[in-house]
Amino acid sequence: MKNIEILNKKDTRSGFGEGLLEIGRSNPKVIALCADLVGSLKMDAFIKEFPSRFYQVGIAEANMMGIAAGLTVGGYVPFTGTFANFSTGRVYDQIRQSIAYSNKNVKICASHAGLTLGEDGATHQILEDLGLMKMLPGMTVINPCDFNQTKAATIAIAEHVGPVYLRFGRPVVPNFTLPNQKFEIGKAWTINEGSDVSIFATGHLVWKAIEAGYILAEKGISAEIINIHTIKPLDNAAILNSARKTGCVVTAEEHQKNGGLGDSIAQLLAENLPSPLEMVAVNDSFGESGTPDQLMEKYGLNAAAIVDASMRVISRKK
Amino acid sequence: MKTLEELNAISSQVRRDIVRMVHAVNSGHPGASLGCTEFFVSLYFKVLQHNSKKFEMDGIGEDLFFLSNGHISPVFYSVLARSGYFAVEELNTFRKINTRLQGHPTTHEHLPGVRMSSGSLGQGMSVAIGAALAKKQNNDDRWVFSLHGDGELQEGQIWEAAMFASAKNVDNLISTIDVNGQQIDGSTKQVLDLGNLRLKFEAFGWLVLECDGNNLADLNSTLDGAKEKSKNGKPICILMKTNMGNGVDFMMGSHKWHGVAPNDEQLKVALAQNEETLGDY
Repeated sequence: MKNIEILNKKDTRSGFGEGLLEIGRSNPKVIALCADLVGSLKMDAFIKEFPSRFYQVGIAEANMMGIAAGLTVGGYVPFTGTFANFSTGRVYDQIRQSIAYSNKNVKICASHAGLTLGEDGATHQILEDLGLMKMLPGMTVINPCDFNQTKAATIAIAEHVGPVYLRFGRPVVPNFTLPNQKFEIGKAWTINEGSDVSIFATGHLVWKAIEAGYILAEKGISAEIINIHTIKPLDNAAILNSARKTGCVVTAEEHQKNGGLGDSIAQLLAENLPSPLEMVAVNDSFGESGTPDQLMEKYGLNAAAIVDASMRVISRKK
Repeated sequence: MKTLEELNAISSQVRRDIVRMVHAVNSGHPGASLGCTEFFVSLYFKVLQHNSKKFEMDGIGEDLFFLSNGHISPVFYSVLARSGYFAVEELNTFRKINTRLQGHPTTHEHLPGVRMSSGSLGQGMSVAIGAALAKKQNNDDRWVFSLHGDGELQEGQIWEAAMFASAKNVDNLISTIDVNGQQIDGSTKQVLDLGNLRLKFEAFGWLVLECDGNNLADLNSTLDGAKEKSKNGKPICILMKTNMGNGVDFMMGSHKWHGVAPNDEQLKVALAQNEETLGDY
């Protein structure tokens, strides 16, 4: 198992804030909108530098999605910012009709996704957003793993023409990918090559997968760890190649099993390469209040859960 | 510039298109389409500065129109075709498989003249605001128009948008409400009373105008007047009273023709009441 160095610890939402500022400087068509969560979304720096390219919409997310869709008529590239729950479930029909079906170039940027939102509890901890968004035809769905990657993804989606859902989170977590990396939408990133099991992880679970990789290595198990930052379009070739090599698969995500990354990979494998599969994800349950670490442990979204899933899936290999 | 007589002649043809389109597929929404015929004719043949020969999605330097109550697509399609966005023969494909003229308007099939999908109600005012803000960002001094059903005002998003438009001085926006007093389940009064719409929009900070939506002279002067009164810090709302089913006597004033097509016999009666002025498609 390769040693992965932690550069520092930062929140992924701050990566979004820095990326937005940077793309704002190089692309005058980038416009930002927020529904009363400027501080939480780390949009202050953009607003300070480009006050005329920012719209404070107030607590009216449906209106924000419509306005964003309208701004594209006129050549702008709007980035909406609010919590993941209010970016998806609350405004699903607005996104479906005015953005996805209308094929508008809107970037839906969603913070505080999943359990790691923490103490605010289940009302705010959406675990269904990836599924909601990936079901929409033409929608690109991205869930980067750390600060540097979120920043790079924010810059990359401005150059991509078409609607995008970009998901990130609240807590401070290890930042371990390269600064100023080039982010390729739809391209899986192999963090560690291995031969016994393929671990496909997304978002905050990528670091947990790396931690699991170290534990598995001590047990003499060689894990291939792949960061699937783009849920849609899925890097089918990379996933199938790895699964063909190792013969079994673990998926890991901060999301419901239903509709998440694991579900997408299960479909891909079932159609092309039936393989033993274990999913590390929330199992048809809402979240609750608690610290992020407590919640990730209680709901089985940590390194130990990935290790257990890996052992189980390896034992299922024929 | 079209004369009132010419606009009336176009309206008659558009009404024929509407009833023929919905009759051909035994589906669609003739009632409010007929009620809004004069509005669309006034807008597309007199008020809007637009380029129907070379459709550009961004519409820089053009007036833009967004139809929020997308179910009245028959009148929208007829007027788009009659003003030159696409061939009138294409009206024959309305609601048929592989058509660009979907049941509700969409950008998905790249039909010239359509800039936003609509049908799920309540979304068009937000979109029109976005387009109006883009015009301001682009230093484009043209206007953005939108049309909404009165029943549609029961959707909460409309009022989010209404609050935003005045708070942020979106004063290049002219939103018209088709006040026909009818919706699917009955009159708006019975279903969910809208109350005093003038006072509501004024309380939300809009400049409110009123007009007779079945009178072309009144429409022309109200829509042009709205342009003159705009750009003074407030968005403009036009409460446009219409008669649902206008121009076809047996359809007039009833919610029953909201989404029902005429049969063969009824079609004959409807066509007899509206002269063929520009040639049927």
